[in-house]
Amino acid sequence: MPAAGMNTQPDPKTDGEQPVKTSKQPYISSPPTPDDDTRSVSSEGERPPLPPRPNTLSLLNDETGPRVALQAEATTAISRTDIETQYPEAAESTFSTLAVRNLVQGPKARASLSQLASPRGSEAGDSASIRSSIPNGDSGDVEALFMDFAATAPGSQSQGATGLLDFPEFAADDIDDDGILSEFEAVGELNEEGDNEELLLQRWKAKRKHYVILSAAGKPIWTRHGDSGLISGYVGVIQTIISFYEEANDHLRGFSAGDTRFVVLTRGSLHLVAISRMMESDNQLRLQLEALYMQILSTLTLPSLTHLFSVRPSTDLSRPLQGSESLLSSLADSFTRGSPSTLLSALECLKIRKQHRQAINNALLKTKASSLLYGLLVAGGRLVSVVRPKKHSLHPGDLQLLFNMVFEADGVKAGGGESWIPVCLPGFNSSGYLYMYVSFLDIRDDIENSADITKDESVAIVLISPDKEAFFEMQGMRDALVEQMERNGSLKEIKTAIDNGRPATTDIVPGTVLHHFLYKSRANVQFTMSSYAPEFSSVTRRRRLMSMYNNLHASIHAKNTHVKVHHCVSRSATSFGWVTPVFELYCIAEPNTNRNALAQSASKIAQWVQREEERLFIIGGAVF
Amino acid sequence: MSESASANAPKPSSSVKLVLLGEAAVGKSSLVLRFVNNDFQENKEPTIGAAFLTQKCSLPTRTIKFEIWDTAGQERFASLAPMYYRNAQAALVVYDVTKPSSLTKAKHWVAELQRQASPGIVIALVGNKLDLTNDGGDVSEAAGAAQNESDSAQDGDEGGDEQDDVQDAVTGDARKVSTREATGYAEEEGLLFFETSAKTGTNVVDVFTAIANAIPESSLKTGRSTGAGTGQTSLGNRSTEDARVNLGDRNAATAKEGCAC
Repeated sequence: MPAAGMNTQPDPKTDGEQPVKTSKQPYISSPPTPDDDTRSVSSEGERPPLPPRPNTLSLLNDETGPRVALQAEATTAISRTDIETQYPEAAESTFSTLAVRNLVQGPKARASLSQLASPRGSEAGDSASIRSSIPNGDSGDVEALFMDFAATAPGSQSQGATGLLDFPEFAADDIDDDGILSEFEAVGELNEEGDNEELLLQRWKAKRKHYVILSAAGKPIWTRHGDSGLISGYVGVIQTIISFYEEANDHLRGFSAGDTRFVVLTRGSLHLVAISRMMESDNQLRLQLEALYMQILSTLTLPSLTHLFSVRPSTDLSRPLQGSESLLSSLADSFTRGSPSTLLSALECLKIRKQHRQAINNALLKTKASSLLYGLLVAGGRLVSVVRPKKHSLHPGDLQLLFNMVFEADGVKAGGGESWIPVCLPGFNSSGYLYMYVSFLDIRDDIENSADITKDESVAIVLISPDKEAFFEMQGMRDALVEQMERNGSLKEIKTAIDNGRPATTDIVPGTVLHHFLYKSRANVQFTMSSYAPEFSSVTRRRRLMSMYNNLHASIHAKNTHVKVHHCVSRSATSFGWVTPVFELYCIAEPNTNRNALAQSASKIAQWVQREEERLFIIGGAVF
Repeated sequence: MSESASANAPKPSSSVKLVLLGEAAVGKSSLVLRFVNNDFQENKEPTIGAAFLTQKCSLPTRTIKFEIWDTAGQERFASLAPMYYRNAQAALVVYDVTKPSSLTKAKHWVAELQRQASPGIVIALVGNKLDLTNDGGDVSEAAGAAQNESDSAQDGDEGGDEQDDVQDAVTGDARKVSTREATGYAEEEGLLFFETSAKTGTNVVDVFTAIANAIPESSLKTGRSTGAGTGQTSLGNRSTEDARVNLGDRNAATAKEGCAC
């Protein structure tokens, strides 16, 4: 099936971007006065019919021609494609903007893509070399600061010029491990003399990814890098840009400056801004911002957030959020590292035999405390088992927040004991707190040094109750549960399952060409994947892998495309996406992989998953 | 000495519920981790909600099992505090010797405990981060006078004292709260007082031992009547419950021994 579809499927990226591109061009040259009516008419009018595609060659020439300068000149003008429409689906159009930008930087990738998309596109391969200039020119006053940021950032230009041709998927691809690791290092603090500001700023600008949250009144609330002092100037600029559009009753959704993409998400009195040089689509960045917003809700609840700002619009929200910064940061870092869970909006489960899972479910049901709402057994961010009321399902977004809190952020685990945490699960109910009991299990007694236990190996029991006094009840349940699981051997099974880890692609399909895959079961809102090792063990390689998935995912889910199969060839890898009503499968293989081999492997993976479904996924879980 | 369960000894064993309160980032969790695991982490992430830990402390005559609630210091968790101190027999109110505002906050906590907690609760005032000061914890006339804002408006009961008796500077010393000021306050309120360093371990075990000693036998689960009150102005105790009456306290709330565990 995939083999047949592959070569004829239009490339959704090229597909999606063209109407935008054509519609956008006039704006770029037009003076940047917001005129939303005409804009929305034009773009909305143009997108659905999908005008005949210009061939890829002209597209590329176009890109590398006069538009390069134009793009650099009026960055906000470009963003107006995004501003036009304020509906969620419009994100697709903003994605297209990114694709255009991608194109500027990585024509080679596009070219190879377009070879698949249309026979005409094949000539485009050569035109890749046309691209020589960098879209970093002068810009208007407002943008200047950011342009500066982009331009002075080490490596961004040279990568744009050379690195991209080799690794078109990810601009920062040729950086070493240090490069990506430094992304997570602290910028540092202003010393007493205040003479290191320049250095701090330089370090700050070197980050490829920024998240900034500010209030509508312009108060900085949280930033991933630096402190409010360092970023206050930039926050002012962002605030100015955002409010410029607000005044015109418009909502700024995103804009580009050079190779930097800015995405803005407004929720109530909060503006969340993602600034990325990592080639992520607007949709993906928006999902990340959405998750950060959820984290804020989870800390404060929606009513109290609304109340704070309605009482005093100039409220400094960083105070009530105090202590939860690390949660936001670890969430942000997991996005920067690349999170399959966020990308797919799904959860991963620990692979375990059906009967073992059943035994754990039964133990959960048997020991269930009366005030329990949800009970989870989690191994390093992978669900082992769930107990829940019949009426309530679990929201992946909520669980993502919980897992981040329990496994990624240190606050809970480093406490060394059991924890009792008020937490709002916005997907469940954004207006109130639930209380979460967390206890880590010591199942690895063979290791004398518990510090060796990695995140992936730690097992936590998470019990959630609406009753804030229920700690000891939950503790009692935990004790009973552990005893049960010890007796029926479940703990040992969990340990074995953790030790086994995720299977490699070659374990599933011997001799396969695939290096890695992600499989999302749509009905279960869960995903499974192969092990990162050996190909993608390092942070950098993993990040690259995730970038490829990001692109693949964005292509498949681009608006106006109803792609079932997507095959993308680049110099560094071949990626392959396959979407059915039941599942989404994304795979990565060697650059010159034979299409048939790829398709065969993919279908074998799909068969394997279906065969192992009840081991890989939690179907239903324990329900009371 | 606080370590080791030493269950071999046939000493009577009883559990004591203890709560840690204090401003954010004064080192509550670090104190507990030092006491429980004899461990210290630089730059520990803030506690979220509250953590529950246990540790045994062996006294000559008995073994005390501390059930410790390590609460988060952030303002937004303050409303949950009563849940943790309600049945507590002991409280550690922690401040940071380099941060005067944290002592103010500590005084508020003391006042709240005296108003709301079990009447006989043993309270220890602990000035942490001693390692940041020059001295080993002895009286020094520490830095720059009145960093202590007055909190008298807040303390309804009797805790309304706070002499800003801090004198003058000691150079190169991060200490901002003098030992004298804190001792004075602690004496007035009948609190145990220690200056500690969770980082070096100075005085940490001593705090818990002192608390264990200060808990009257009577208020322990194994104990029955007649309180041998130490360190606190506690008198006898009530019949069924072990709650003791603190004379200084107006509303002698009935204290329940919470969940057994």
